[in-house]
Amino acid sequence: MQIDWFPLWLSLRVAFLSTAVALAVGLWLAYILANREFRGKEVLDAAVTLPLVLPPTVLGYYLLVLLAGNSPLGRLWENIFGSPLVFTWKAAVVAALLHALPLLVKSARAALESVDRSFERAARNLGASEWRLFWRVTLPLARRSILAAVALAFARSLGDFGVTLMVAGNIPGRTQTVAVAIYDAVEAGNTTLARTLVLVISAVALLILTLANRLNPR
Amino acid sequence: MISARLRKTFPERPDSAPFSLELEFQAAAGVTVLFGPSGSGKTLTLDLIAGFVHPDDGRILLDDDILFDGAAGVSLPPQARNCGYVFQNYALFPHMTLRQNLEFAVERRPRLERHRRVNEMLERFRLGDAAGRRPHEVSGGQRQRCSIARALIGAPKLLLFDEPAQGLDAQLRSEFYEVLRQVRADFKTPMLLVTHDLDECFELGEEMLVLREGRLAQSGTPATILDQPANVDVARLLGVFNLIPAEIRALDPGRNTSKVQMGDHELDGPYFPGHFKGDRVTVCVRPERLSALERNGRPGANQIPAQLERAVEKPQWMRLEFAGGIAVDLARPDYERVRDTKDWVIEFPRESLRVL
Repeated sequence: MQIDWFPLWLSLRVAFLSTAVALAVGLWLAYILANREFRGKEVLDAAVTLPLVLPPTVLGYYLLVLLAGNSPLGRLWENIFGSPLVFTWKAAVVAALLHALPLLVKSARAALESVDRSFERAARNLGASEWRLFWRVTLPLARRSILAAVALAFARSLGDFGVTLMVAGNIPGRTQTVAVAIYDAVEAGNTTLARTLVLVISAVALLILTLANRLNPR
Repeated sequence: MISARLRKTFPERPDSAPFSLELEFQAAAGVTVLFGPSGSGKTLTLDLIAGFVHPDDGRILLDDDILFDGAAGVSLPPQARNCGYVFQNYALFPHMTLRQNLEFAVERRPRLERHRRVNEMLERFRLGDAAGRRPHEVSGGQRQRCSIARALIGAPKLLLFDEPAQGLDAQLRSEFYEVLRQVRADFKTPMLLVTHDLDECFELGEEMLVLREGRLAQSGTPATILDQPANVDVARLLGVFNLIPAEIRALDPGRNTSKVQMGDHELDGPYFPGHFKGDRVTVCVRPERLSALERNGRPGANQIPAQLERAVEKPQWMRLEFAGGIAVDLARPDYERVRDTKDWVIEFPRESLRVL
């Protein structure tokens, strides 16, 4: 039987992009949470963590309301890119991002905070700006933990089902990620396809998590 | 030249008692040691000067630069304070080689100058062979020298040392003292050195500030402080005195004499300015200033009979501990002469007596 590998490639692409965005945004959020004191700091942390605990339907609902064509954000997107966001593979990236970001922020905050403060003091004492301190001292010292967090976020991005289904839909060859394709295959009684995809995605996730464990300095 | 007036209070927290620091001092070229027990505010003082902790109030003046002025609302960030800081654990960046650690400190300078300075420091501190290695790959002595080189490379106006010899073995410790003496000779930078080791104060310190519970308890040269502690608290901090309650029975400024009643015995001492007849005082005398001898009939002048409780071997001397908590340190040969004594007297040389 001919197996359609499109869902796997799409999932990998979605995971890659969402991890990249999560890394950029997450590192920035983690830096703020780890270094700044402000009111509502723990509320922000909790809000970022929320997607970890809310049901996918709730998240999907929020995203639909937020990004649909008649919402301000949705209209903005359409004005810039010329086409709507929801029910495209890009919406799947947003869905995956929702899972990747909390993991990244949480781990990166812990990683940044675990860097011995005396190194940061030393860097400031030697005249380093906060920017240089972050890129040259704190980040390199937290590098392994953050890379582990990136791997974890990537693995998690591969696995989203519910939110993706709600905001990106199930359009074979366009928005159908592995998780959705497996659901489809099981529904249609296509056990060969389901089994193959299940095994492949499990193997990929296992590989990535092993990598994450090896990276984590313990 | 640094002159500082500092005030900092920490309110009580579930995990820590309240603490307040109020301190005013000046330090010129040479080594000034901040001596005190842990929790007396020594390291906090360094952190306030370096700008890691914000004082509640006060003023820090380094040469002509105002680093901090509470009243005027001036507070330079640590980056702009120009104070070299040698951290207790050195805080060398573990992911950089020794050379990169030095380069980090002069990154803003032009390339040629940067190069020259780094090479000069590597050479001066004998780090040439280890320059390409990371801190965990080099010896403790090299790490230590590198941390001093890194603190010095930016030509700071002040050097701060936080317990630099803490936890070092004897060999590294004396190496460090040697390096520091060299730095003192070569650079005209005032140095503030935090320690709770009295030997270190004498080994390195030209001036000494004794801190106790966030206050300056005494300042002066180590020798004068050891000769005349300002009060019983300072004497206790220094930890090298016999402290015996007594009463002044007579004072004669003309003949520079006094009589002090200690228990059942009266001792002759020098005149004690600032005290009155009848004052209840504490006699303060260092164990090595006393001598212990065999009693020969009636005790002589300034001799008190005493019961030996035990003799403790110290590296360079014998410490004899007598009933009543009086300790006497004798050199080995002196001890050998009296070791079989059963009936002891302790002799208090007239000039050795200090009262607090």
